[in-house]
Amino acid sequence: MRAAKSKGFGSISWTNPRLRSLVYQLLAIGGTVAIISFFVLTARANLERQHIASGFAFLDHTAGFGVIQALIPYTEESSYGRVFLVGLFNTLLVAVIGTVFAVALGFVIGVARLSNNWLIAKLAAVYVEVFRNIPLLLQLFFWYFVILRPLPGPRESIKLLPDVFLSNRGIVMPAFGSTQATLAFVLVTLATIIGVIIMRRWARKRFLATGQTFPDGRLSLALLVALPLGAALIFGAPFSLTPPVMGPFNFVGGWHLLPEFVALTFGLTVYTASFIAEIVRSGIQSVSKGQTEAAYAIGLNPSQTLRFVIIPQALRVIVPPLTSQVLNLTKNSSLAVAIAYPDLVAVFAGTVLNQTGQAIEVIAITMAVYLVISLATSYAMNVYNARVAIVER
Amino acid sequence: MNNRLVAFLVGIVIGAAALYFFLPGPGAPITAATVNTTGPAAKPAGPTAAAGSTLATVRARGYLQCGVSQGLPGFSNPNDKGEWSGIDVDFCKAVAAAVFGDATKVKYRPLSAKDRFTALQSGEIDLLSRNTTWSMSRDTSLGFDFAGVIYYDGQGFLVKKSTGITSAAQLDGATICTQTGTTTELNMADYFRGQGMTYKVLAFEKNEESLSAYDEGRCDAYTTDASGLHAQKLILKTPDEHLVLPEIISKEPLGPLMRQGDAQWADIVRWTLFALINAEDLGVTQGNVELMRTSQSPDIRRLLGAEGAYGEAIGLKAEWAADVIRAVGNYGEIYNRTVGPDTPLGIPRGLNALWKNGGLMYAPPIR
Repeated sequence: MRAAKSKGFGSISWTNPRLRSLVYQLLAIGGTVAIISFFVLTARANLERQHIASGFAFLDHTAGFGVIQALIPYTEESSYGRVFLVGLFNTLLVAVIGTVFAVALGFVIGVARLSNNWLIAKLAAVYVEVFRNIPLLLQLFFWYFVILRPLPGPRESIKLLPDVFLSNRGIVMPAFGSTQATLAFVLVTLATIIGVIIMRRWARKRFLATGQTFPDGRLSLALLVALPLGAALIFGAPFSLTPPVMGPFNFVGGWHLLPEFVALTFGLTVYTASFIAEIVRSGIQSVSKGQTEAAYAIGLNPSQTLRFVIIPQALRVIVPPLTSQVLNLTKNSSLAVAIAYPDLVAVFAGTVLNQTGQAIEVIAITMAVYLVISLATSYAMNVYNARVAIVER
Repeated sequence: MNNRLVAFLVGIVIGAAALYFFLPGPGAPITAATVNTTGPAAKPAGPTAAAGSTLATVRARGYLQCGVSQGLPGFSNPNDKGEWSGIDVDFCKAVAAAVFGDATKVKYRPLSAKDRFTALQSGEIDLLSRNTTWSMSRDTSLGFDFAGVIYYDGQGFLVKKSTGITSAAQLDGATICTQTGTTTELNMADYFRGQGMTYKVLAFEKNEESLSAYDEGRCDAYTTDASGLHAQKLILKTPDEHLVLPEIISKEPLGPLMRQGDAQWADIVRWTLFALINAEDLGVTQGNVELMRTSQSPDIRRLLGAEGAYGEAIGLKAEWAADVIRAVGNYGEIYNRTVGPDTPLGIPRGLNALWKNGGLMYAPPIR
């Protein structure tokens, strides 16, 4: 847009650039509005002619079907609006867990690819090339149909740990419950975390002021383990475990992880991590070798060099493309429908759309949800990026 | 992303939503009658505009687009040469024969249970003949008309004999595989709720996926319409080790459907179905249709167009029903050829026998 050095509007003539650009812009806006109105009115007219219900009243109607995994209370008598929330939370669950694991795994693999150890570097390279170059849908099919499906049935489950079983119905583990000691345990843990944060702030301030180091890393780890453990020893077991028992068909009680959930989360993690690994590698390689040599020259050891010199500079290169990968992971979670995981697309844009027939409303809501999730993720990553970005003085 | 761009996109979305819900609707509602007189040329282009005169659109195109399943033996299933067969496919052929006098002028569009309604609403297909249950919401708020019932079905369960289960009442706590976007999901929920039992549903998008999930032990039971259970049991690894439970938990009247708002097209489809049933009722078969044209019975003469011109009232020629029966035979012949006792499915006529033989098949007279 042109710089506004306003001297009034100027002459009413086609040679006046300000007037001309205003006319063009009005035409563009008018054209856009006209096109959208045409689509909207055509859609409405056609819906009315075919007597297809429209509007959002269906969200209050009873859904009447079951969903295999719901993070919020849900029964067949709940409304379609409730089904929407169930699907949304199932999508967010996969997105959040997948993102955390993918970023962690991606960093490890990315650093491993630059390792001086030949074997580790080559293994990391093979990992990246294999998982980056096979379509995600195929990988999901592989984990779900090839790896998890042929597992034995619940009665012949594989015992992973005491009371933790793996079968073709997923992973079953004891359910955690609260005891009299839970409150004390949680309070002690929270207090420890707050204490550790305060200590680290103090240590950093002292370091910046005096240059004296303080073993805050090791100390905070020790505190985080020792204090909650001590609380558990004094007050008794903080959690009760209710082991699953064999019912007529499957384990009853305990916590169940669906194989569909495991396959989807695992597949998304492994696939996205391969891209993140490459981003991390390129970020680290973008920091010139002179930086490392300079760090060694002032007496930093390799791990300090990585932590204080390389990573902060690498992050500036890593964060923007990392945002794209996090967004991709969230959007790719909609492939859930292929392996029957009840995510937003499967239950809402699938079953609800089919039961109500209100394609326009359901698809619009679904698209708006992904748009909002993506924009929110972008915003959060941009805020983080602003923190790690180079500070120009 | 550029903030201004984001604001622009969000603005467009909100603007479109606002237009959609607050703009006044299109003036007078367009009735089927006015559309029929103006004809298709007066309507703007686009698939949904075809809702006006489906018959004219189909004629101009030269073939019927018929939505069928992605493969359900006995109903609509392609063979190894890609030729479709089944009771639903034969109905598509019957409608093509009524419209064109030629049963081969059909293109089949295999659709998942989830996609079938959108395909019909959007005008991608002219007719949905895909083992679809006639229910009130589908007939009303989805904007469809059902032609009638071509197969009376009901939902049942399939279990492995090794589980020792012999009744659906023993399924408390079971994981059950089914297909997403079907009435089976709803019936199952109603049944278990009514019985005070719990269950877990694993809903796949495709029939074969949910069947294989059951076959490989991911689920304890598989549920769909009883006809489908009999058909799909055949493609399990070891059909003999599975048992269809005796309970039928729902009414599933399956029938062909079309978009609401085109009364002429609805009449064509509906009366094609009635002609098939009437033909069996009157003893007109694929083999004797030529002979029957000279019959003395007024009912038969009217059906075959030897007397009166009933086809012309629905935009077809007088002999439309004769063309239909020449092409696919009467209802009983179709049944016996596709799902009947002599086919691998071996389903007895039961509810689908003619009314005079103790079944429910009954068609209004052609006169």
